[in-house]
Amino acid sequence: MHTLHSRRTFLLQTPVSLGMLALALRNPHLMAESATTIPPSALLEPATIGAQLEKSSQLHWKILQVGFHSMFDQKHIRGAIYAGPASQPDGLALLRRVASAFPQSTPILLYCGCCPWTHCPNIAPAWDQLQSMHFTAVKVLRIENNFGADWVANGYPVA
Amino acid sequence: MHLRAYRGKVVLLNFWASWCGPCLTEMPRFIAWQNRYRAQGLQILGVSMDDSVTTSLGSMRRLKVNYPILMSDPQLSLLYGGILGLPVSFLIDRRGFLSQRFEGDASSSRMEQQILQLLGQRYEPQGA
Repeated sequence: MHTLHSRRTFLLQTPVSLGMLALALRNPHLMAESATTIPPSALLEPATIGAQLEKSSQLHWKILQVGFHSMFDQKHIRGAIYAGPASQPDGLALLRRVASAFPQSTPILLYCGCCPWTHCPNIAPAWDQLQSMHFTAVKVLRIENNFGADWVANGYPVA
Repeated sequence: MHLRAYRGKVVLLNFWASWCGPCLTEMPRFIAWQNRYRAQGLQILGVSMDDSVTTSLGSMRRLKVNYPILMSDPQLSLLYGGILGLPVSFLIDRRGFLSQRFEGDASSSRMEQQILQLLGQRYEPQGA
């Protein structure tokens, strides 16, 4: 662990709502496209995929993790490929590179789980990216709370 | 840095990242609590899960964070049972024992209540 710095400053006397709005305008992550824009027909629940993975070591899906390295390094869905955080330009570029190795008809399952579903900054940009690349069989794992609570804690396969 | 250095204080250990919207939403609250309860013995520590120090520094400056921020690594995350989703905070009492784990959009009033409860507990250092 590295200490960055320890500073003592005081909050500006600004109403919280205005402060948060200003913060959001300056921070793209708070203005990120919401996961709720993904069509419900494209969503799959962890229980569905978890059960399939428990029965079979190989799924027909290419599973792409579009979250952060610090999460992927700790644990990820067995067989998943790291494809970068799609909320960031580098992450989106990595997703394009990873996906371009597959035919457009490849069944792809996207997941992130870094944050509660409605706050996830990565999943909607990743979905949009694959749509723009004309992939025809993309599904998204709907992780309500986070990967630890909704996947790992349920005992679904991880690596 | 060791948590031992904060023995005698109530510690709120908050795992966060710049890409985590709910984390950035709750950090101004932590800044306010650090100011309000410092004299009573509250110490907030942030642990960044960002991939780069530069990204964390940007968020810290924007928010005017008034407590120390550390960079996480996989071993540290494992020590706390794996940090596989954010935000996550741990409340540690004056003796250094884990008291509560708060995950996701935790209720701020419940968190503050727990902090106040621990701040109100007497602490007698060993050997005193």
